Amino acid sequence: MLDRDEDILKAAEDWQKAGHGVALATVVETWGSAPRPAGSSLVINDEGTFLGSVSGGCVEGAVVTEAMDVIQSGKPRMLEFGVADETAWNVGLSCGGTIRVFVEKVG
Amino acid sequence: MKLAILHELNAERAARRPAILVTDTESGEQRLVKAADFAKDPLRTELEKQLRMGKSANVEAGGKKLFLNVYAPTAKLVIIGAVHISQALAPLARSLGYDVTVVDPRTAFASPERFPDIPLVAEWPDAALPPLNVDAYTAFVAVTHDPKIDDPALLHAFERGCFYIGALGSRKTHAKRGDRLRAQGAKESDIARIHAPIGLAIGAVSPSEIAVSIMAEITAVLRLPPKEKEEAA
Repeated sequence: MLDRDEDILKAAEDWQKAGHGVALATVVETWGSAPRPAGSSLVINDEGTFLGSVSGGCVEGAVVTEAMDVIQSGKPRMLEFGVADETAWNVGLSCGGTIRVFVEKVG
Repeated sequence: MKLAILHELNAERAARRPAILVTDTESGEQRLVKAADFAKDPLRTELEKQLRMGKSANVEAGGKKLFLNVYAPTAKLVIIGAVHISQALAPLARSLGYDVTVVDPRTAFASPERFPDIPLVAEWPDAALPPLNVDAYTAFVAVTHDPKIDDPALLHAFERGCFYIGALGSRKTHAKRGDRLRAQGAKESDIARIHAPIGLAIGAVSPSEIAVSIMAEITAVLRLPPKEKEEAA
């Protein structure tokens, strides 16, 4: 129940109102020793600035890149990261877990 | 996420009211369900369970894959009494993720040397408590053993609907406390809400062990469904 993401969602709203394209990435599923639980989120604006965390740093770079496409297209997408998934993505989680991240445009 | 939903979600969070965002992860469709509206929602069982656990989760309903993202306020713990038990209780509660505040008008007790890094309010409850916004996501513990301090604090906790209210003292002490609170207008149902003697019965002896028993009891009240809660008590 502990909600420490307050400023992240507030920032998403503020950025959107200031005229930025904004995307929200949320961990929706985890297997194994994933670093951040389901519900953790990252917000990204069209300048590539981001706040929050979906993996404690392992895959944020890749999520930001995907988020840029989502801001452009407006279409949500599901990303999956994990050690067993080397062919789909070049980045994996060093901890050995797998996570699914839902990326959507705000606004 | 539609801006209107994000705006509504941020408003609920600012007001410390829980809500769950339901996302169809295939279509991207979303709706926000405020805790006050759970009872009339088709997903009420799942919503109530996930909120109680404070855990986001995937569910399948009507052939759709839905992600329930739980937004619950940070739980607070207000400790009345900067006593020895509180010195163990405050850091323990903080490690469990609670925002902790200690209230005690006796400045000799409420000193930063005794409570490094813990917010302290060295005022009487009538002055100290209103600014703390004690609410339904607050656990409230009165441990001074001094009725002049504990009693008005407990009356405030009743009024604010704290999810947990506990008070230190034996059954005998607690019976006397009940009489005093009744005389000050407390309802029978309010007095029945006080966990006293405080903490789960684990044979705790030292202040640290008592702190563990108190946090165990608070955790049980927070997380267990109503029926199992009765069995644990």
